[in-house]
Amino acid sequence: MTTTAVRPAAPARRNRTGETARLVAAAVVVLVIAVGSIFVGVSDVSLSALMANDAGAWEIFWVSRVPRTVAVVLAGMAVAVAGLIMQLMARNRFVEPSTVGTVESATLGILVVTVLAPDSPILTKMIVASVFAVLGTALFLAILRRLPARNTLLIPLVGIMLGGIIAAVTTFFAYRFDLLQTLSNWMIGDFSGVLRGRYELLWIVAVLVLLGLFAADRFTVAGMGQDFTTNLGLNYARTMRLGLMIVSLISAVVVTTVGAVPFLGLVVPNIVSLLFGDNLRRAVPWTALFGAAFVLVCDIIGRTIRFPYEVPVGMVMSVLGAILFLFLLLRKRNA
Amino acid sequence: MPEALLTAPRLSARTRWREAIRSTPPGLVIGILAIAAVVLVAVFLTIDLKGNIAYILPRRAIKVSAMLLVAVAVGVSTLLFQTVTANRILTPSIMGFDSLYILVQTALAFVAGAATLATAPSTLKFGLEILLMVGFSAFLYRWMFTGATRSLHLLLLVGIVLGTLFRGFSSLLQRLMEPSEFIILQDLFFASFNNVDPGLLGVSAVLIALVCVGVWRMRHTLDVLALGREVAINVGVDHKRVVMRVLLACSLLVAISTALVGPVTFFGLLVVSLGYQLCRGFRHAWLLPIVVLIGAIALVGGQLLLERVFGFATALSVIIEFTGGILFLYLLLKGSLK
Repeated sequence: MTTTAVRPAAPARRNRTGETARLVAAAVVVLVIAVGSIFVGVSDVSLSALMANDAGAWEIFWVSRVPRTVAVVLAGMAVAVAGLIMQLMARNRFVEPSTVGTVESATLGILVVTVLAPDSPILTKMIVASVFAVLGTALFLAILRRLPARNTLLIPLVGIMLGGIIAAVTTFFAYRFDLLQTLSNWMIGDFSGVLRGRYELLWIVAVLVLLGLFAADRFTVAGMGQDFTTNLGLNYARTMRLGLMIVSLISAVVVTTVGAVPFLGLVVPNIVSLLFGDNLRRAVPWTALFGAAFVLVCDIIGRTIRFPYEVPVGMVMSVLGAILFLFLLLRKRNA
Repeated sequence: MPEALLTAPRLSARTRWREAIRSTPPGLVIGILAIAAVVLVAVFLTIDLKGNIAYILPRRAIKVSAMLLVAVAVGVSTLLFQTVTANRILTPSIMGFDSLYILVQTALAFVAGAATLATAPSTLKFGLEILLMVGFSAFLYRWMFTGATRSLHLLLLVGIVLGTLFRGFSSLLQRLMEPSEFIILQDLFFASFNNVDPGLLGVSAVLIALVCVGVWRMRHTLDVLALGREVAINVGVDHKRVVMRVLLACSLLVAISTALVGPVTFFGLLVVSLGYQLCRGFRHAWLLPIVVLIGAIALVGGQLLLERVFGFATALSVIIEFTGGILFLYLLLKGSLK
């Protein structure tokens, strides 16, 4: 494997094949972890049981284990990519849907629809959540535009506070309508409720990730500002709208199906950029793979650390993610 | 004439209001606030007082004393913290002090067992928790505040993330406990003004009084400290020692208020910001009582308003969180726009 230092000299074609080979290798690693995660759990779904054609084992395999792993992979990829897109649009390394109020807005949306129309199907809830997520994110971007100095650390601070304010409104009404407990289920990401028939909407985010992959370059350009974007012949407003939609939809779908997954969108793109630099075309697939791997590992930890009980993945993630985020923050200080 | 224009600027209502406050002597401000606080407490104790008075009155008294203690603890700790860090945005709770306290408590329960913790004498438990908390926060924040680069935004961000980390870690530990133990612990955590442990009140009051005496004696040093590290050192203040002592006082106060009613993130920020608005100077001899009185008025008055006018139960902390969050955002943006 060639090192980064010699790459510029290498012919472009070979470079690309090396890159693809590495991506495929990483994908295989993620696949191995994913397959491994299928065999983690309370009821016995071992390879031998499956080989022996044990009907019960096969049923759990198809109804619970496979959907769960698929959901973990999809959510992990999507949230990480959403974080990356958010970072490109805000031109800031420290923002992601859960630090700029997108997730909190989606949660508020779910609350509103639960109060006004409790019996509405999950798709309706998701649409309302998405609308709220779009509005919340747009509000953040509007505040961002009014900040004259793009202070790297001020932007995430403003985002976190905005999220806090929206969350306070949500808590207030949840308290009034006695929905606090229901609410906390959305606040903490948890895959234990994922069964066949209850996660399929997550496939929507797979489409969104692909969309993000193809449009990634545009978001980089749009992050440079309206004039710059227009000079390059790109429709600024439309590009920002597209990014906003992708990020908000991903957040809303993930929050409604599995709950909030904190720090994922923040940490993974940063690690990818540390390892591979800022080439965006390369960053998107790597971010997706790392995101999937990260959530898979956290989910396995959550399932085994207190066996046979389960710790929600969101909790494991908030601890690991916060530690990694602190590391990223303080690394800058010491540099 | 341009000069005439300069000398007679059209004052906005807000500026005039601020001028009016600025020209009021601090002693008068304190007097007015004190009267308001006393009236509110009296109303809180006596409003709708019918039925079994012997049962209702002591309960209200406990509730109101808890609020007053929290007002003192939060107000004083936030003011001290802002003085030491020489800025108007940082507060102990934004820096994660109170989530640290909850983490210490959880960790203690995790190691010793929640049942042991629940049955242990509350004073012993409280003493141990505060000792752990003070030790740890002293270590952590000494490291944070004596670093070479002291960007306010970095500090804030690190504080918020540390708070998240502590909270996440506490809930993780809580999940790792035996489910039966977790249920016992849960009762210990979700405290509010409605179920304050009367046994803790006395201990807290004594501790707060002791801390306040110490702080009051330091008030002139604090005035110097507020001018910044370099000035303070030039004037001959043993900066490092004083800062450590102030941080100790802060940890103690935060621990007390968190033990009494649980975390209230933005309350201190609200109260101290208002205090600076109402106080002409920057002398701690004036600021300390003003901040404490505003805190008392906000808590007792707020609770009164919520309970009696709007008929809500205990959503005061949520409202504080909401208004405090907006104020924080405003301060943050105003600071950066300048």
